[in-house]
This record gives sequence, C-alpha cells and structure tokens, in this order.
Amino acid sequence: MSESEVQATQWNRREFPEAAKDLLQDSQTRKNVQHATNVIQAKRKRVVDELADWEELRESGRQVKAHTLRHLDHYLMQFEEQCTRAGGHVHWASDAAEANRIILGLVQKHEAKEVIKIKTMTSEEVGLNAQLEQNGVHPIETDLAELIIQLGKDRPSHFVAPALHVNKQQVRAMFQREMNLPDLGDKPEDLATAARNYLREKYLRIKVAISGGNFLIADTGGVCILESEGNGRMCLTLPDVLISIVGIEKIIPSFRDLEIFLQTLPRSATGERMNPYNSTWCGVHPGDGPKEFHVVLLDNGRSPILADKEARQTLQCIRCAACLNVCPVYHQTGGHAYESVYAGPIGAILTPQLNSMEAGRSLPYASSLCGACYEVCPVKINIPEVLIHLRGKVVREDQATFAGKFSLWNIGMKTAAFLFEDADRLAMAERFGQIAQKPLVSKNGFIEWMPFMLSGWTQTRDLKAMPAQSFRQWWAEEHSAKKETDA
Amino acid sequence: MPDSNGHRAAILDSIRHALGKRESDEAIAAEYATITRSYTRTGSLDREHLLDLFTDRLLEYDAGVYRAAPGSIRDVIAEILTSRGKHGLAIPLGIPTEWLPAGFAFDVAEGWDAYRLDKAEGILTGCAVAIAETGSIVLQNAPQQGARILSLVPDYHLCVVFADQIVETVPESFARIQPTLPTTFISGPSATADIEMTRIKGVHGPRFFDVVIVTV
Repeated sequence: MSESEVQATQWNRREFPEAAKDLLQDSQTRKNVQHATNVIQAKRKRVVDELADWEELRESGRQVKAHTLRHLDHYLMQFEEQCTRAGGHVHWASDAAEANRIILGLVQKHEAKEVIKIKTMTSEEVGLNAQLEQNGVHPIETDLAELIIQLGKDRPSHFVAPALHVNKQQVRAMFQREMNLPDLGDKPEDLATAARNYLREKYLRIKVAISGGNFLIADTGGVCILESEGNGRMCLTLPDVLISIVGIEKIIPSFRDLEIFLQTLPRSATGERMNPYNSTWCGVHPGDGPKEFHVVLLDNGRSPILADKEARQTLQCIRCAACLNVCPVYHQTGGHAYESVYAGPIGAILTPQLNSMEAGRSLPYASSLCGACYEVCPVKINIPEVLIHLRGKVVREDQATFAGKFSLWNIGMKTAAFLFEDADRLAMAERFGQIAQKPLVSKNGFIEWMPFMLSGWTQTRDLKAMPAQSFRQWWAEEHSAKKETDA
Repeated sequence: MPDSNGHRAAILDSIRHALGKRESDEAIAAEYATITRSYTRTGSLDREHLLDLFTDRLLEYDAGVYRAAPGSIRDVIAEILTSRGKHGLAIPLGIPTEWLPAGFAFDVAEGWDAYRLDKAEGILTGCAVAIAETGSIVLQNAPQQGARILSLVPDYHLCVVFADQIVETVPESFARIQPTLPTTFISGPSATADIEMTRIKGVHGPRFFDVVIVTV
C-alpha cells in the first residue's frame, strides 16, 4: 500500500451526509458524545465567565495569529535560526510523505524498534503510525485517550479528547482485555492507574519520542506543549531523542505572546484555569532532557490557504476544540462523521482546504450556521463566514464542470435566480405554483410529498401549501382598490 | 540534510506566492508593536487576598497547602513528611540547609537517571514564580529547581513558594520567567480529562503534590 492509500483508508472515505446517517443510528456513541460535550461546555463557561478581560484576550490572540500568518515565512525562518542556534535540528516537509520519510529516517538511524508518542493530531494527519508499523517500528501512544484509541483500533473523534465518544465502562472493558487486567475496577482512578502502570516501564526504557507542538516560538526557537497527565513531560524529558512534528501555522512571534494563549487555550479546551502541565524548551539543554532534538515543520496543504484572504483565518486555530463542544451538529453526529482528523466546525473549514477542495467537499454544508462556534473561538475565527465562503467555492467549482453545469441542482438554482430577479416573472411563477400544487396539497393545508429532486425537502418535514392569494397579489389588489376609493 | 529534497524552498516559496510582496523586518516589527493588548496585565489584590486566592486554587486541584513563617520552613516540612510517612526526599542543587529538617534523608539528585529517581520517595524543590489566578507554579532549570526530570518521575512533589514569588496574573509571571530555559508550569497533581471530560487525578506525573507557602 502506498502512503496516500494508507491515509485514504483512515480518513475521507465517505462524505458527511452518508457517514452521519450511520452514526445517528449509534445511540450509545451519541449519548457518550452528548454527555462529554455538555460537561466540558459547562466547565468552560464557568472559567471563561470569571475573566473580566476575556474579550480583550480573544482580540489580542486573534491579532497575534493574524499578524503571524501575514508574515509566516519571516517567523518560520526566525524560528529555524533560533532553534538551530539552541542545538535543535529543523526539517521542512511539504507533504505527509516527506514528513513520514524524515521521521522514519531519524527513528531508523537510532535503530529504535519502539517509539513513545504524545498525542499529536499532526501525526494522525500524515498517517505516521501506519508508516512506522509498516517499517517495523511500534509506536506507543501515551496520552490516555490516544492509548484508548490505539488499543481499541479506533479513530480519534475529537482533537483534544480523541476518545470522547467512548465512556468509562467501555474503556474499562478494553483495558481488561488489552492489558490483561480481569479484576480492573470501574472507578476513573482505577483506569488512570492502569494506564500509569502499563506505560511506566516504557517511559523509562524507550529512547525515541515523537510529539506535536501547541506553539512554536519564533524569537527563542522554543516549543510549547500543554498537557494534563505528565505523559507529555515523560516523552519530552526522558528519551535521548525527541522529534516534534508541527504544522507551520502553529508559530507565534514571541515567548511573551504565550501570556495570552496560556489563558485562552486551557479555559477553552478543557475548561480549566490551567491544565496540569505546560512545557517549554529550546533546542537541547545539557543535563536536562533529550540529547538530540528535531522539529519537522509540516505544510501539507496549509500554505495555499494563505492566498485566500477570507479563509486565511482558518489557520489562526490553536486547536482548543471549543467549537466542537458547542456545535449542535457535532453533538448529534460525533466526530467520526466528519471523516477527518479535524472534526467539528473548524474541521469543516480546515479539512476541505487542506485537501485543495478535493476531499471533504460536503463539510462546509455540515452546519446550521448558528454561529456558536464563532462566539466561543478564543482567536475569533469567523467560522460561519468561512463556511459560506467555502460553500460558494464548492458551487462555483461544480458549475465549472460539464456535469455540474447541467445538473438538476444547478439548473434549478439558475431558474430560481431567473424568476426572482424580475417582478413579472415572479408573479407568473406564483400563479403557476398556486395551480400546480393543487394535486399535492392534503386536507390539512400541507404538502407532505413532492416529486423528483424536491422530494428531499418533504422527506423529513411537511411544506405549507402556497395560499390562494400571495402577499404581492393582495397588495396589488388593495392598492388598486384604494386608488379607486380615493378617486 | 534539512533541505535535501528542496522542501524548505518549496514551502517558503509557496507562502510567499500566497502572501504577495514581502515586507522588511522593520515593517514587520512595527506592525507587531501595534497589536492591541488591552487585557489585564497586573493584578489588584492585596497580599493576603493574593495568598488566599493561590491557596484556594491549589486546593481545588487537590494539592496540599501549608503555610510557614520564614524561620519555620524546616518544621513545616518535617510535619508534612511525617504525615505522609516519608523518610526523605531527593533534592536539586541549591536547596538551603535551613529548609531541611534533621531525621530525614535529603539526597542531591544531580545526574540521577529515571530508574533511580523512580525509586525516590519524592522531590523537594523551590520555584521561579507562582500564579495565584491559575494556581500554577513555574519551575525552570535553575538552582533549587533543577532539571525537568526531578519534578516528574518521583510520585511525590513538595514545593516551597515564597510569598513574594507569587503574582496574581499570568502576564505578570512572564516578567519573571527566563524564556530560553527548560520550563514547566505545574498546576496541581497529574490529572487527565480524557474519560468523559472529567478531571481525574493521578496519571503519569507526581500523583501527590504539596505546597509550602512561606509568608514573608
């Protein structure tokens, strides 16, 4: 199997409406997702509301990220220079294949048969684990949620809490089976202890670790990682070699900018004032941490997004997942319906763009445009605006193809536009509708079934029949009657 | 090796192509300076309320909190170790002897590997700065704090924080952090929110965490 095929089997297998239909049948998963997102939303609200300067923090965060994106190459080169000066090695990967090639090369150079990993969605994005496995290297996920996903041969459904769709009874059953612990208790603490015991020996023994990164810091050449369990610190501190794979948009200009994001990210992501551990380091530090440090800067479809001024803000994302937790669509379907590492509202705008609009084309439609995602976003990404912008892109691209141009959808929309653009034509259409609907209207005044392409509308709802007289007809009549009285 | 396949040039070219003309370093620095930063930078609490806030936050994370007068650090540490049933702790370089009570073993863990630290009963450190609003303690690779591994592998961490090291807000703490040193922000004992989004204490980092606040 080629690398692109490996990824294809994992993600982008189906479009959203099809995948969502299956997931809506899975009542257990829906219950788990709804429970977890309700819990996190309440926690987030509590710690966000207590900050009087929350809006100011959002605005500053937005400005820092927008500024960085406008000068992305400048800051990447500054990071490279500073990180190299601090003893780190900086690699550049245009695509998933190159990132995997670089990382595999480093792992093989150190003759490692096993590597420990901190949760990194970027590595999920490039399909790194499958690449390592195929080359005889066993990656061990150390984040509790990623461990649950790995042991369960599952896929992440949420980029902050990848196993959000699984409840504690399910985790317990899996640990009992996979860790051979038949007597494991069902308290959350028991599960955390099981993970601690399972991984402890591996941290102490394994010499190569792979991480992602929350922030790259241009002026110091440093990296910052936020986590909870201490598994991150284990991977960042104990092994001899550390490889961090980070998307190029994760960069910020200055160490001081963290004073903003260390307030907004924990509160938005896990509803905590601060998550238990944040680590920052620059290159290598003698006597403290790995002896060898590599950063792989990943583009993989990000840089072309910068050209689209309306959609560029997508890359401001700091991956807090607050937009997933608040989204009414995500609530119903969970993350797997998005068929992407990046689910939810941000995934709906990021995924199609990362794929040059060749995959995930239905995702911009997977939204009610209620705007809740924009309200909670700690860097003020106007997700509804970008969703509409991308819908426009999808439509224009479809219209440019032969099949799209002559599709019923396009002809229908063109016809509608033609009718609505002229008063006489609209009046004619109304009169036509009033007559044509007659056989379809039931006794209660509703249309319960429509033919052909219109059937989609009436599948899940009834349509109120057009009244015998439209408002415009009534107005015209009133108006002329009034004139007569006046005269 | 970094650009063996021309990926560096390809990425930088692609970014430049998307963004248009490149601005001078001075212009970029000038633009950066115009970023609005009207969020709260300095706190407004008096010393006593600040200590109370810090204490409340730590307790909420399920850390143990103790207070000591400058002359009684040693006694308070002895009390804590006795109640925890510890016979001694590992320490980084630079811990003042007046912190260390008699009758307990304190071994400087300089150069210890993970296996040896794993057998230690715990670690005693100072800190660089602490943040009341978030209940966070910042450790850097410096005397009294040591390498990151020290506060990570042992299952118990006892941290001494002087009242004048506590600031109210996150931005205030940044004035006291050296940006290039290995740094860890610690907010309570190790925990996870990965199962049903509920904070569960005690995963891979120290599961037991006590703080001694030294009132000056």
